[in-house]
Order: sequence, then C-alpha cells, then structure tokens
Amino acid sequence: VSVSERFETPVMEPIEPAAPGGTLEPRGGGWFVRITILVIVLIWLVPTVGVLISSFRPEALVDTTGWWTALAHPFSAASWTIENYRLSLDTGGFGNAFLNSLAVAIPSTVIPITIAAFAAYAFSWMEFRGRYVLFVLVVGLLVVPLQMALIPILRLYTQGAVLFGLQIFPDLDLGGTFLGVWLAHTGFGLPLAIYLLRNYIGSLPSSIIESAKIDGADHFTIFWRLIVPLSVPALAAFAIFQFLWVWNDLLVAYVFLGGTRELRVLTIALQDLVGARGENWHLLTAAAFISMSLPLAVFFSLQKYFVRGLTAGSVKG
Amino acid sequence: MSDVSTSTDDPEMGAEVAQEPPSGSGQVVWVTLLRIVGALGVPIVGFFLLWATFDYLKNEDANRGLVVVVAIIVGAGGVFLLFWAMDRVVDLLPERYGEGVRPYVFVGPALVILAVFLVYPVINTLLISFKDANSDSFVGLENYKFVFTDSDMLTAIRNTAGWIIVVPIFGVGIGLAFATLADRLRRGEAVAKSMIFLPMAISFAGASVVWNFIYSFRPEGFGSNIGLLNGIMIGLGQNPVSWLDQQPWNNLMLMVIMVWMQTGFAMVVLSASIKAIPEEIIEAARIDGASELQVFRRIIIPTILPTIAVVTTYMVINAMKVFDIVFVMGNAELRGTVVIAERMITWFFIRDHDGRAAAIAVVLFAAIVPVMVWNIRRFREQELTR
Repeated sequence: VSVSERFETPVMEPIEPAAPGGTLEPRGGGWFVRITILVIVLIWLVPTVGVLISSFRPEALVDTTGWWTALAHPFSAASWTIENYRLSLDTGGFGNAFLNSLAVAIPSTVIPITIAAFAAYAFSWMEFRGRYVLFVLVVGLLVVPLQMALIPILRLYTQGAVLFGLQIFPDLDLGGTFLGVWLAHTGFGLPLAIYLLRNYIGSLPSSIIESAKIDGADHFTIFWRLIVPLSVPALAAFAIFQFLWVWNDLLVAYVFLGGTRELRVLTIALQDLVGARGENWHLLTAAAFISMSLPLAVFFSLQKYFVRGLTAGSVKG
Repeated sequence: MSDVSTSTDDPEMGAEVAQEPPSGSGQVVWVTLLRIVGALGVPIVGFFLLWATFDYLKNEDANRGLVVVVAIIVGAGGVFLLFWAMDRVVDLLPERYGEGVRPYVFVGPALVILAVFLVYPVINTLLISFKDANSDSFVGLENYKFVFTDSDMLTAIRNTAGWIIVVPIFGVGIGLAFATLADRLRRGEAVAKSMIFLPMAISFAGASVVWNFIYSFRPEGFGSNIGLLNGIMIGLGQNPVSWLDQQPWNNLMLMVIMVWMQTGFAMVVLSASIKAIPEEIIEAARIDGASELQVFRRIIIPTILPTIAVVTTYMVINAMKVFDIVFVMGNAELRGTVVIAERMITWFFIRDHDGRAAAIAVVLFAAIVPVMVWNIRRFREQELTR
C-alpha cells in the first residue's frame, strides 16, 4: 500500500503536461492561419452536415431535392420533421441492436486492454527467455489482414481443429455467441494494444520500479498499484480506439454473431435498412445518426485522454 | 498448510510468502505437494466458474438486458481475476520455479489468444492457398497463377498500389498541415481538431450513407439529383455526372472517403507530438531570425519524424487492407475500383473459391512484409537508445 502512495506524487507531475498550450503568445500567421483552418474544417464537415440536415427532412423532400435547398428557407415548418427518427427506431428494431452493440463493445474493449496491459508490463519490465523474439512476433502480427483470419476462426468455432486425424482443438460451439465475438475482437485488437501500451509502459522511469522492488513489492503489486495508475492516459486512449473500432465494426459481428434480428448489432441493422429498403434515404440518414451517437459522445467526453495517452510513448525522444 | 491459506487471502502478502526460508525436509515435501495441488486446483475451479458463466451467455433465450449486464461484469472483472488467480498460483509454486514461470503468466494469455486468432489462421490460409475451390485436393501454384494473371486481380493490384500511395500522402499531409496551423490558434483549437476527428467515429456503413449524398447520380427521368456534386454541376449549368463510373478517377473518389475518415487520426497524433517540442527551442530559433517556414522545416519536421513514421506506417497498412469502402459503395468490378482485400472477400463469400481467396490473402500478407521489416528495424533502434 505504502509503495504506491510514496511514488505516485513525484511521478505524476512530469507525465501531466505542464502547460495547456493555449496561452502562448500569438506568432505570425493571423488571418492566413484562421482562414486555412476554417476552410479545411468546412470541407470536412460538409458530408456529415448533409446527412444531419437530411435526417430532419420529410421523406418526399429528401428524395426530390438536394439537402442544401433546405437551407434556403430554414424557418418553414413544412421542411422539417422528426418522423425519420421515430420510424427507423420503430421499424428497424434498433433498440435491441443498440443493446447487442453494447454487449459486444464493452467486453471487447476491456478484455484486450487487460490482457495487453499485463503482457506489455512483462515485455517492458520482466526478464524471461524469448522476450525480444516474442515481442517482435506480436508487432509483426499487426499486419495480418483481418479478413484472412475470419474463416479459419469461424471453422475453429464450429468444428474445432483436426490435424492428422487428431482433435487438437475442441469444438467449442462458439459460432453466434457473444463470447465468440469478444475473443475475436480481443485477438484482432491485441497486437496494436500491446504495441502502444508497451511503448508507454516501457518509457516510464525505471527508478520507480527498482525502488518499489527494493521495498519488497512483487510484480503483481507493482503492476496493479504503480503501473496501472500511471498508465491511465494510455489505457484510456486505447480504450477509445478499440471502442470506436468495435462499435463501428460490421464484418466481425456479421461473421461470428450473424445477422439474425435477435443478435444483430447496430451496424448490421443499419446495413439491413440499406439492403431491404433500397433508396429509402430518409430512414438511412436518421439510422446513421443513431448509430453515430454513442461513439461521438464517447469521443467528445474522452478525447483529452486520447490525445495525451496515445503519443506519450512515441514522442519520447 | 498455514502458508497456503494466508497467501490466498491477501494480495499484499505475496512478497513475504516468496521469501519464506526453507524448513525441515519432511515438511518441505508436504508443503510442495500442497502447493502443487493448489497450483492445479485454483485454475481448474476458476475455469469451470468462467465456463458456467459463458454457458449462460451462450443461452439465446436469456434476457437480453441481463446478458448485457453479466457480459460487462465478466468482461470487466473476469479477466483481471483470472490473472490475479494465476499470480496467486505462482506464489504457491516453489520459489526457484515461481520467478521463472511468472513472466509467462503475464504474457501467456496474450500469446495464447494471438496464436489461436492470428498465427493459426495465417498458417491455415497458407495451406488452403495450395488447394482447390473446396480445399479437397492440392493444385500446386494454380491459385497463385490466377492471382497474377486474372485481369480483375491485376487491376486490383494496380488500384491497391494507388491507395497505399495516395491515402497516406494526403492523410498525413493534411493532418500535419492542420496540426501545425491549429497549434497557432489562440482559441478554438480543440473544437477545430474535433471537427476533423469526427469522421473517425462513423462506421463504414454510416460513411457510405454520408458519401452517397455527395456522389449520388440519377440519369434523366429517374428523379432529381440529390447529390451535392451534381447539385453544384447543375448550378453551374452543366449536365450531371455519374461520378462513380468515371474510370479511373472513381478510384480517387473512393480514396477521398478514406482520407476523410483517417486524417483525424494522423492530425491528433501529430498535433500532440508537435506540442511536445519544448517551446524554448522554437523561441531560440525565432530570436536567431529564423522564418516560420524555416522553423517548420528545420525544427518541427526533424523532431517529430519518428511520429510521422508511425502514423504513415499505420495508414499504409490500413490502405493495404482497405475493403469496406470499396465493398459498400458497390459495383467494384464494373467500375474498375477493385482492390486486393475486396477481391479476397468476393472470392471467398460470393464465388466460394477458398483456394483463390487464400492465395490473394497470402499475396496481401507478403506485400505487407517489407513494411513490417522496416518497422521492426525501427523498433530495434528505439530499443537500443532506451
């Protein structure tokens, strides 16, 4: 207990950024800078704004006039409606899909982070044979295309693995289960998680770990009481990253969970709306914004961790 | 017996247990035996507990809300408890084994999962790539011959080459420019950066809806054009254009979508890296009379070069693996917008030719190897200077 208390204060200081950066005196640029930024931001926003506006327009108008025409008379009541949101929530079965997405996304974020944090600690601060080779292997696996792994794993889930007539991997019957999706997302997320977290955890000052050892702390205590609290920015950063990726994933959920109405996640429900209704633009727009809402909320509330944590390892030099 | 029970009680006691001096020989045998029994028993009990929970989660009739709650609890706590239990078990082992085993307890779960989910599929795919459509018999290099002779495959290889050049250049270029300029804003920097990052939070399915409102085209008699680009064309008095059918420019239009989605990542990472440059260095250069452009080229760029390398690598790998955008926007073969990863999915899921799909995957993996080698070398240099 005393170990963490003693070391927390002096260590937290250099890791928290000293200055917010906004207080610097103005340097050159001025109008040029502001206009360039404004132009890029506008270009980046146009596609999203188009959908946002369309999602509040009546079906007949969405399908016959461009969304920008709504801006010409913004105060006419006839050109706005919330019917699209009501309809897509009612007919699309989005409530259930939202729950399924949560059940997939939260464990698929927490499990890889936990496993990767332990591994990153071991790769950084524990001595064992094969440490270097294993880490290089993990980094190498960053490049395996996800699509390449889907089929063998699906077969593993539904049939197990047989090599030379010998059952080397049991048939776990994991197809169409949440556990199957969690494990798959964990597998695909681990290389990046270990890579990022090792960069961060490995760059923590070795002096604190050495002195904790001298005080008699074992590896588990050092990890849990010292490393994890110090790595909150990096952990939060990867958490957002992984959450965005899992929430927006279509392929993994489709292959391992399937597209049944009972089990489908939000992205699949959205895709079904596209497939089943073809050119029904007015429902698609509202559905797209419903599926975006949670990631946007997560991003806006946690983005300060994201910026700080992700780069902490890479900007060390 | 006594030390077995105390050590499982309190997580803080671990270090003291491990340092316990050895006692009489008869006692040592008993303690060792108990330790081995404990070492085997704890994980077995833990395993069955987890198994029961997972069995419940597999139950499709279970209440959806409850499943979500159980799922979150197991996901959040279960894995950590598993690590904790395994660490306790290592404490029960004789000391000379314990410290040798402990690192593998920490990395073990990661390695097992990686082996099952990534290494095994790679080997499996390699095998399948030498077999026929249904993986029944070996066909030698037949599938690889297909990869390098089929006209759609050759187009896909050419297009993918375009993707890995264009997307990183524009993504990193715009991201770097924006990060550098936004750094000079006195206010509104966070808001401006959020706007660029926003597309990262949108799924590919969502992005396809978003971009349909830009590229949409309807010929005469099939309704009015509701896509922004054609709205502009009509406003300028021109005829509407079927944007996604204009070869080879339609490739570029799909790349724009990826640049739009990924520039935010590059910008955020580069921006934080720029902020980490000590202010004194930049001020000193200014006092010495360096222009803003010189500061950018001689100080900022060299300092953040490692970060630029990381971001570029990430974007090159992502561009190589691009599939969703092309697939979701549709009609890739007809429009000549095919890419390697999209070909793989098409051959596997739509044409049901496992052998060809696997061969395409292997070629894709092989193409990524140089990037990987370069990165491992970079990592080794970093390790040496640590």
